[in-house]
Amino acid sequence: MADLHETASQTAGPYVHIGCMPNAAGIAGVYPDDLGVQMVRADTPGQHITVSGHIYDGTGAAVKDALVEVWQADADGNYPEDGTGFTGWGRTASDPDTGLWHFETIKPGPVTHGEGLAMAPHLTLWIAARGINIGLHTRMYFPEDTDAHATDPVLARIKQPLRSDTLIASPQGEAAYNFNIHLQGLGETVFFDV
Amino acid sequence: MPSTLSEESGPVFGSVALGPLDGDLTINFAQPGETAIGPRIIVHGRVHDETGHPVSGALLEVWQANAGGRYRHKNEGYLAPLDPNFGGCGRVTTDENGVYALRTVMPGPYPWPNGTNDWRPAHIHFSVFGHSFAQRLITQMYFEGDPLIWRCPIVASVSDRTAIERLIAPLDMDATVPMDARAYRFDIVLRGRRATYFENRPEGI
Ligand SMILES: [Fe+2]
Repeated sequence: MADLHETASQTAGPYVHIGCMPNAAGIAGVYPDDLGVQMVRADTPGQHITVSGHIYDGTGAAVKDALVEVWQADADGNYPEDGTGFTGWGRTASDPDTGLWHFETIKPGPVTHGEGLAMAPHLTLWIAARGINIGLHTRMYFPEDTDAHATDPVLARIKQPLRSDTLIASPQGEAAYNFNIHLQGLGETVFFDV
Repeated sequence: MPSTLSEESGPVFGSVALGPLDGDLTINFAQPGETAIGPRIIVHGRVHDETGHPVSGALLEVWQANAGGRYRHKNEGYLAPLDPNFGGCGRVTTDENGVYALRTVMPGPYPWPNGTNDWRPAHIHFSVFGHSFAQRLITQMYFEGDPLIWRCPIVASVSDRTAIERLIAPLDMDATVPMDARAYRFDIVLRGRRATYFENRPEGI
């Protein structure tokens, strides 16, 4: 058996949080906690950081019903291989009033990529929302890693420097970063077909 | 350029302790001794990757309207009433053969503000995690024989008719539980590892 076709994607719609974050959506008592809401504990090794941002649609309006997921390496640059300890995965909802989303996590280390090469520290982000037919994959890099960006194989793949800038977060005080995602239009974020 | 470890790896949910009722929407929100209103159904199937290998340990999260077509959500405004015994969410993981099964009630169709008179066919939303983050999928399952499927612009956002047909679960009499629940079969295929990795404009915004 081979060559099956990937199941077609369909929009997450406006009620994705019922299924993925029911407690946040006001449906209590089915699951004890929403999956992925707590990524770190006080003793998780690494630099503890906050990442927040908005998602903007093509008209510049903040998207208020999105689901945002992060997948990342640990502080040593290793992807967790089991569900114990730091899981590397988190999930959050856009605030229904403001559209702001945020994660409390740790800064990942550089990830090995082939012989002697490394990718700069980055978060892989996945976004689902009403009006988008497919989940969107993008990446967030950290503003302080300029040297590592210069040799990052994925950033190097993006020919226009102005477009790769859409993948770099802004510092926002101590250990905090802002990362805005533009679905369409001017400054559209780079999304990947992975 | 090949994909990287960042997409080829993914979160593992094997150690997430799912509750015994998580996959049964007829009772997971209901008061003790009560069940949700609506036609009782089993939704089951197998998760594969594109090479035909079963995907074990896949986490499937589902959400749906109740039998009247109403979601339990504060932004929901449809006239149909809430069912006090139906929350509308459920989750399950696949076994070593990629097989899963859920119990629920048949969701109702519902109107939505698109044209002047657009109705969504009955559907269940699925969120799926495979073994790699690149396989992350969100989709909707429809029911065999629903005439609204071919009138729905959200269904029509999938341009390939055979791809739409794969979103339509057939009645599966063999899995029906006599005097209890009918069954529908919905198989899911996650993408395999791709040797390409390129910038992509989002589709369908
Ligand atoms: Fe829906």
